[in-house]
Amino acid sequence: MSAVPTTLARRGVRFRRALHGLLARPGLWLASLFLLFVAVATLWPGLLSSADPLAADPLQAQLPPSAEHWFGTDHLGRDVFSRVAHGARYSILIGVSAVAIGSIVGSALGLLAGLSRGLVDEAISRFLDVVSSFPDLLLALVLISFTGPGTLNLIFALGVAFVPRFARVVRAQTFVIARSGYVEQARTFGLTPTVLVLRHILPHALAQVPILATIGLGSAIISAAGLSFLGMGPQPPAPEWGAMLAEARNYLRVAWWIGVWPGVAITLTVISISILGRRWQASFEGRRAR
Amino acid sequence: MKPLVQIRDLTIGFPQDGSVTPVVRGIDLTIHMGETVALVGESGSGKSVTARSLIGLSGAEASVGAGRFEIDGQSVLGFRERDWRRLRGDKIGFVLQDALVSLDPLRRISQQLTDAAGGSGFFRRQNAARDNRALLQSVGIPDPDRRLAQYPHQLSGGLRQRALIATAIARSPSLLIADEPTTALDATVQKQILDLLAERSKAGQTLLLISHDLAVVSRLADRVLVMRQGRIVEEGPTRTILTAPEHPYTRQLLDAVPSVRSRGFRLSAGSEPEANGSVEARPAERLRIPLPPKRIDETSLVLSASHLVKRYGGASGTFAVNDVSFHLAAGEALGIVGESGSGKTTVAKIVLGLVEPDSGTVQIDGEAWSHVGEAQRRSRRASMQLIAQDALSSFDPRYTVEQIVGESLDTVGMFGEARRQRVGEVLDAVRLGPSFLKRYPRDLSGGQRQRVAIARAFAPRPRLLVADEPVSALDVSVQAQVLDLLAELQAASGTSLLFISHDLGVVNHLTDRVLVMKDGRVVETGQVEQVFASPHHSYTRALLDAVPVLA
Repeated sequence: MSAVPTTLARRGVRFRRALHGLLARPGLWLASLFLLFVAVATLWPGLLSSADPLAADPLQAQLPPSAEHWFGTDHLGRDVFSRVAHGARYSILIGVSAVAIGSIVGSALGLLAGLSRGLVDEAISRFLDVVSSFPDLLLALVLISFTGPGTLNLIFALGVAFVPRFARVVRAQTFVIARSGYVEQARTFGLTPTVLVLRHILPHALAQVPILATIGLGSAIISAAGLSFLGMGPQPPAPEWGAMLAEARNYLRVAWWIGVWPGVAITLTVISISILGRRWQASFEGRRAR
Repeated sequence: MKPLVQIRDLTIGFPQDGSVTPVVRGIDLTIHMGETVALVGESGSGKSVTARSLIGLSGAEASVGAGRFEIDGQSVLGFRERDWRRLRGDKIGFVLQDALVSLDPLRRISQQLTDAAGGSGFFRRQNAARDNRALLQSVGIPDPDRRLAQYPHQLSGGLRQRALIATAIARSPSLLIADEPTTALDATVQKQILDLLAERSKAGQTLLLISHDLAVVSRLADRVLVMRQGRIVEEGPTRTILTAPEHPYTRQLLDAVPSVRSRGFRLSAGSEPEANGSVEARPAERLRIPLPPKRIDETSLVLSASHLVKRYGGASGTFAVNDVSFHLAAGEALGIVGESGSGKTTVAKIVLGLVEPDSGTVQIDGEAWSHVGEAQRRSRRASMQLIAQDALSSFDPRYTVEQIVGESLDTVGMFGEARRQRVGEVLDAVRLGPSFLKRYPRDLSGGQRQRVAIARAFAPRPRLLVADEPVSALDVSVQAQVLDLLAELQAASGTSLLFISHDLGVVNHLTDRVLVMKDGRVVETGQVEQVFASPHHSYTRALLDAVPVLA
């Protein structure tokens, strides 16, 4: 019996099972569908809404949701649906960039700490302790108070706040794998330390980073929206969800739709990302997601 | 008198990919009061799940069927969890293989014994403390008062296994089932546990032993059932099974046990035994296939170690290795024997240059090996290879068999077509076909994994091979195949072998000279035949005494 057809058959079974599992879990399905919309909104917002998110029209201010303006219009008469659709770009961009900074810097620090013993490890670990002793949002606020508000500064501040969670996991993984049987065995082959790290330690130590990043993306988006709400992020008239919420505060009584839709967008995006991330983590750890 | 256990046509299956895969295919099992019955077979033969079905623990997914299934005269067919619970502990006690896993690490021994004795609150036994002490004494644990207050991790492996047996017999069950009770233990400790079980059996305890090792059960059992692929292939009184086995598989199991007689011969049959039991050779005339002769070049020393000392925990720490010297000639096999904690693995690590000795030197091919920089060692590492005890953990899980074996050729600079060819060659030598090249280690069986490890070790044509307990995690029959391979390849290639093991039988089978270690020191050394025939040190004698032999 040749091994190839069996593997193929197994793959087919696996695929069918995965599909079946997806249909059996409507949450997973809906989350994927919603994120697809968010992705489209991020890349080609024009596909979803032809209205200009920045075009003000005082004559059309504060119109309730209708066939023409699905989500209604805001106090300046801008189309809320268009602003929400165009706002996805800000949230996703800030979230992804912040997580990218956090995961890259964090993984590098974690790897360094895990591989080196003594002073270097100690120094890095204590530094991480200091950073992670501040809540993400507070730390980012402090950093922004030095750098001043703005999209790039917000990304940087959040990225720094996200470093410890990645560094910790990577350090622990590296530590375990560096002492594993196969690394010891590879040492007996006379491989150089560089080859050893690149070939056997790095791939395993970083295996969980994409999963952590996905789960972290949700909190990054919330934090970004929160900081924007406080005016630390993209400046008006940019259609950022958090900033839109801040503007809508004053009109909540007379025009609920200005504030509710960006809020719904934030909530659904974060929940969807979290569902997918947890599911991925569970399948990675060999557990079944609840 | 009615038998304690009476099972007819037992079948057990597990669901897999939509259909039920049978693991036990219609076996009969009868156990009489006071009898000791052994169920012998290799992993996957269905022996463990058979034993578990006796206490209703074969798993929620298992489908158990039988024509007749009676325990103590009561049919257990259609039993629900509640019904089984009345049986467990009370009628049947169960001892699992690994006491460290089976005992709750957060509960004291006394608590675990009280738990096992059952009853709580108002129904708690009045004299729990006294009962517990008596229980520990009955399983031969000295100083029971001290042990009762301790946690499982504070007990040695042997004491732990005894404590586990104590929990199993706490309610004096009619039947005691022991599933591989000694497999994880050192030879001397194994003997103590077997003696303890023998004692219980003499005192009238009915025993069901599960093991892969005929030699182990031969000491105890009145009757042996040999199981293979879910069926009983042979059944009879122990003596008959040992001296006049009918089924070829039974003979294969018997041959697989390394002993003085097997020295110089293969342990496993070259091919699968015939399916029926018609071969008429009597055991004494059983055909043994000789191993190829070795070429030992006494004049060329591959390895010499002198006065090695290694302490852990600083200058005042305990000695892991204390003044150990030995040498190894080209083509020779040297065995290092000792129990866990005797320092034998540390010696292996020093030889491999993974641990620096505190003092003493190692020379490889006459050149200094210890206390030289890693950069200088690196190019010489290809000439020495390691076969680790746990093959699976020595493989990078992302690697295929081809990559695993090929990696050892990195340092000899063999890449591309030449590497592919060499990998195919060594895999062929360990009898793994090309279909294994793309497999991942987790998809291999224990024996196949160890063969991949052997192939990898031989691939760069090393001068020295260090094997650290390479077969101690394997079934006897698989162990036989792996030992044969090692012996064959070692003889054919002329590689020197440093073989570390706690199993004297294996060492005797495979090596030319032996070093007996205890507490970091060498207590005896010499030619294998000599040491085994007339051991000088009392410790060597105790070790030899503990080797299970086929009676």
